[in-house]
This record gives sequence, C-alpha cells and structure tokens, in this order.
Amino acid sequence: MTNDQGIQFTSEGKLKHFLTIEGLSKSLLTEILDVAESFASVSEQQVKKFPLLRGKTIINLFFENSTRTRTTFDLAATRLSADVLNMDISTSATSKGETLLDTIHNLEAMHIDMFVVRHSVSGAAHFIARHVAPNVSVINAGDGQHAHPTQAMLDMFTIRRFKQDFSPLKVAIIGDILHSRVARSQIQALNILGVAAVHVIAPKTLLPAQAESLGIKVFYDVKQGLEDVDVVIMLRLQKERMTGALLPTESEYYKCYGLTEEKLKFAKQDAIVMHPGPINRGVEIASEVADGMRSVILKQVSYGIAVRMAIMSMTMQAAGSRE
Amino acid sequence: MTRIHIAQGRIIDPETGMDSIGDIYVADNRIFSILGQLEDFDAEITIDARNQIICPGFIDLSARLREPGATQKATIASEVKAAAASGVTTLCIPPDTSPCIDNPAVVELIDDKAKAANYMQIYPIGALTYKLQGQELSSMFALKNAGCIAVSNAQMPIANLLILRRAMEYAASFELLLIYRPQDYHLSQQGCAHEGAVATRYGLPAIPEIAETTALLQCLELVAHTGCKVHFGQISCARSVDFIRLAKHSGLPVSADVAIHQLHLTENDVLPFDGVYHVNPPFRRAGDRQALRMAVSEGVLDAICSDHQPHNIDAKLGAFPETEPGVSSLETLLPLTLSLVNENELSLMQAIAALTTKPAKILGLEAPSLKVGRLADLCIFDPEIIWQINTQSWLSSGRNTPFWQQNLQGKVTHTIQNGQIIFG
Repeated sequence: MTNDQGIQFTSEGKLKHFLTIEGLSKSLLTEILDVAESFASVSEQQVKKFPLLRGKTIINLFFENSTRTRTTFDLAATRLSADVLNMDISTSATSKGETLLDTIHNLEAMHIDMFVVRHSVSGAAHFIARHVAPNVSVINAGDGQHAHPTQAMLDMFTIRRFKQDFSPLKVAIIGDILHSRVARSQIQALNILGVAAVHVIAPKTLLPAQAESLGIKVFYDVKQGLEDVDVVIMLRLQKERMTGALLPTESEYYKCYGLTEEKLKFAKQDAIVMHPGPINRGVEIASEVADGMRSVILKQVSYGIAVRMAIMSMTMQAAGSRE
Repeated sequence: MTRIHIAQGRIIDPETGMDSIGDIYVADNRIFSILGQLEDFDAEITIDARNQIICPGFIDLSARLREPGATQKATIASEVKAAAASGVTTLCIPPDTSPCIDNPAVVELIDDKAKAANYMQIYPIGALTYKLQGQELSSMFALKNAGCIAVSNAQMPIANLLILRRAMEYAASFELLLIYRPQDYHLSQQGCAHEGAVATRYGLPAIPEIAETTALLQCLELVAHTGCKVHFGQISCARSVDFIRLAKHSGLPVSADVAIHQLHLTENDVLPFDGVYHVNPPFRRAGDRQALRMAVSEGVLDAICSDHQPHNIDAKLGAFPETEPGVSSLETLLPLTLSLVNENELSLMQAIAALTTKPAKILGLEAPSLKVGRLADLCIFDPEIIWQINTQSWLSSGRNTPFWQQNLQGKVTHTIQNGQIIFG
C-alpha cells in the first residue's frame, strides 16, 4: 500500500488526527513524550486540571468494549477541561460502512470537536478521519488488528521513564503478534525511536506472514529471544484464541511462552516487564512476574493518562488552528 | 438489416492472422465482403476507420450485471450499454445473481432483459450446485438446454471434494464446461488482501496464495480422473500459472483466464483502507503480476476477462475489510489490455486473441473471424485516443475502479453485434 499518512497532518504539517504511528517522525514522537512528561510531572505532584480544551466536546466512540482504555481517555479529557461523552455502540448495529458514516455525521451535527474511536475492523479510524469535517480530530483507540497508537506511545513513555535512551535497547515482544494491533504500533514506534533491536517471540501460528518485514527479529524460543533484552513486553492472549487451530491448550502455551521468573532470567538483570493489560495470570504471565519487582504494568496504566492528554491537546490545537 | 461500409481500417483477425488495411462491408447481419472496395455496395452507414483498428468483437468470460437481485448496483440495461461501449459483443454471466442461475426461469429472465436492451449475445453460466450451496447438484442438463454455456459455483464454496467430483462427473456427461474459481474457503475465510508484507503491516485479514494453489491442484487431479473440461477463472498467483502449464503439457482439458486489473496492480498499489482496491482474489506481489503477464503471452493463461463487478457507492464505503470486493472493469478492458501492448508485454495480435478467439475456443463457440459469411460481431477502436475516466465518459453504474479520473489510451469508437451498430 502506498502512503496515506498525509491524512494525519494539517496542511501546515501539524498532527491533526492520531491514527497510526506509521509515518510519524522521531522528533514528533519525542515531542509527544515530552509534552506527556510535562503533564505527568505536574499530575504526580497534585491532580490538576488544565484549561487547554475548555469548551471542547469529545466523544469516546467505542464500537468494541474496553473499560481501561476508555476510562483513561475519559480521565485525560476531563483533566484537559473538555466535555466528554461516552458512547458504546454494539458493532452489530453498525456492521455496514453506511451506518458507521451516518453515526459519525449525526454526531458531527452536534458540533463535536474530537472523536476517540475504537472499532473491531482494521482501517475504521482512517475511514472516519477521511469523512469528518476539517475541524474535527480523530484519535484511534484501536482498530481491528491494525493499530493502537496511544497504547504504543504510553509504552514508549514507560520505557523512556525507566531506560532513558532508546538507542542501546533490545526489546522483546512475546505473544499473539498476528492479531495484535498493539504489537504493530509498538514495533513501529520502537523502530522510529531507534532501538537496537526488536525481538518477537511466538509460535508460527501467532505470527503474520513476512513478519520480519515489520522490522523485527523472529524467535520461536523464549530463552533465545530474551537473551540480553532490556524490555519484555507481554501481549494479551485473547480467550477465543487459547484453544483450537492456533494453539493446543492454555497450559501448553504457558509452558512454552508464558513469562515466568525462570524464563525472565535470560533477559538482562534490570529488564522491565510490560503488559498492555488486562493480564491473564497463568496464561501469558506468572503472577510472581506480574506483581514482581521488574513489572511496570501498573505504571503503564497511570502514564496512559498523561500520554493521552498530550496527544489530545496536540491534535486539538492543530485541528483548531485550521478553523 | 443495416448495410454498413467500414472504410480503410487496419483489420486484425487472430483467427486468420490477417493484419491489413482495407474495407469491410456488412449486410444481412453478416460480413459481406472484406479488404477490397466495392463500387456498387449501397451502404446506409459508412464508418471512416482510418487510423483505427477493426477486429472481432470481444468475448468477456466473466461480467456481473447484478440483475436479478442487486439492481441497486447495476442493471442488465445499464451494463450492456457499458459492454457495447467497450467493444464487448458476447458476455458470460456468472451464476451468483439473486435468485441464482440454477433454473431455466432465471436464464430466460436474463435473456429477456438483455434482448429488451438490444443486446443479443448473453450467455448465462449455470449454477453447479443447487442455490450455489455446494451441497446438491443443480439440474445441469436443463440449464444447458435453457442456454447456459457452462456451469460454475462462482465464488461459493463446495462442501467437499466428493460433491465436486460428482458435479464434475455429471457435467462431463453432458459435455458441460466447468468454470472454476480456485480458492479454498477455509484458507481464505474473511480475507481481504494478499497475505504478505502489506496485509501484515496494516493488520488486514489475508488471503494466502495457497488458498488458490491448493484448490487448483485438487481440481486438476479431479480433471485427470473425471475427464471434465475445466476453465479456471481469475488466476492470481505465479505458482498457479506453473501448475496450469504442467497440466496443459500433460494434456488435461484445462484453460484459464486472468482479470485485466490483475495484470496491472499489485499489493503495493493498494491505497491503505481505500475499498476501491478491495478485490477477490486480492492484488498480489509484483512477481505474480509479471508471471501472469508472461503467462498470457505464452498462452498458459488463454484469455483476459474483465471480471466486471459494479457496485453502488455504499458497498465501497467503510473500513477496508467491510467493503465488498470487486472492480467495475468492462470499460477498462481494452485500454488496459492495449497498455500491455505498449509495454511490449504482448503483441497486438496476442492481445486481441486473448479477448476474442481464445475465449471463444474455451466456450466451444465458433471462432469469431472476419470472414465473408460470418455474423458481423466487430469492434472498431482508436488505439491512440487518450481519454479520462470520469462521470461523462463512464457508462457502467458502478464507478468502483481504481483508475477513476486517470487517463487511459485506446477507446472503442464503434461496436457492431449481429450486424447492428450497438455503439458508436
């Protein structure tokens, strides 16, 4: 596919929609992390509201369930003083593009400034961005198996907090890469930020075709893949994929790919363990690891608010400047 | 009965190998005279064909007209106009209309509608199985008698190999051609893009190459066993070409076609999430495209078809995997084929053969030829004209083409079917 990344920017080159990490520059990703840092450091002292989006209306448009992501978007918008509306729409009612577009146009007619969209089909956020009015921003909160760019940015934020410099880092991602929008966005962000290597560890059934083309090194064996690694990112294994044609059983998966203290020994001593949540204890990760010293899983959740504040304020400013 | 004089065109006839400048006279629906000028022919219409090419009318092996069943997308009346403007004088209609072509009544309905639109040569392809459900055999004998030129299950899966075997045995009993679109249902389920780097990057459900090759190989074995004549439709992979070449060498009664857009676009041309690029089979790698082009030139792939699938706007509005597959492609059939000639992939004679004599042979029709006494099915086109695809120039109800607003070279100026001018 040829580039369509222009859609994310205003004619002045400002980030207006946040749909995918692909095509964003290292300096832009760094700017997002820096802005997030400023929100985070203030918030860590005292929870404070910023007036940046006062008078703006944001809709969290979730065609797919998610408590955590929606809550952090909700909190981020509230802390930026925006008015927030949460809409959960069952996918079945809008399985046709026509209906999706009708939904968007109906909401637009109510003078909405930003859509935060989650949808089960790859490309849904792009589709909406292509059809909204010029002064409306769209933020992708996860589309099908394509992208989850805000999750990737909060993961980058977490890595930077703990490891400072990206360039010497080896990062391992373990789990269902094939179906994971999180993994795709993480891999893009890590490569743009210039890490030394991205290792992906999974059985062939959970890897996409020509996986290496994503800019990764593939390992089928956890011990080999974890060697000398600074950051271990676990992916959630969806319930419906735990048994059947992709994997024989949960327990076999845990044996081969579940992150235990024993397997973690192959990574660097000071390696951190991340997980986008919600975690399946005893399936992809052992409780000792999830709750252990090296786990930064709960930090990721709290950083998620600052990162989403950064992205919302930056895109809204760009969209507003076009009016 | 119109008497037509076509003057001073470049006459190309793959059947006889003719490539000469001259005149053609049409009278009583038939070619009355060719090459030499007649002094006493009383023409009602004279077509000045200087700098134009005159060849047999095109035979399209797969064009969906959407009627009956999906007239919000297109109608027989709208699409035969597009066919006429594209030089196509014979259309084969896949059976996946609604209701599907599994009984003579639907065949009659299609025939009536076409005749009402003054289009005389439409060949419905009968359903291979009842309701295309892949479970029970259709009444193939009745379908053949009603005018079906072949049988096919279109894109619908056949439940298992036993049913496919029985269907092929039965079709072979009545010397019916099976048109088979090789694609394993389970391997391709819900896919919308070629399984490769691009689908991986964009997280699109994918259709692997093996969905086509494994289905093709299974069918080839059944051809060897049953003796059923099979035509493979819309081949998309280099490896399929290799298997078809081998099968032909070993003498199996098989033939194959490729959709015109597959000879031009690859996965890398697909604009992210633009449903107009959603086709089935999907656009594959550059290497596949090159192998497909070579295969047409070698004759391993016998024919080029339009695989015309017009859609209404709504069908293509949505996130990529949710849009309906298919390209509206009748009107790009000639210019995109000519561009292969300009790129030296095919000779002009080969290109015209892939649209005329080759498909006729596959269907068991008399080879279209510009001989005296033959029915006058002719296409006259200007190979140099550059035209833009836009609302003014486009006739199909479906505007779903990746080439929208692009400039293409080569345009049909006149189409004659059964001795009547149906376009121009």
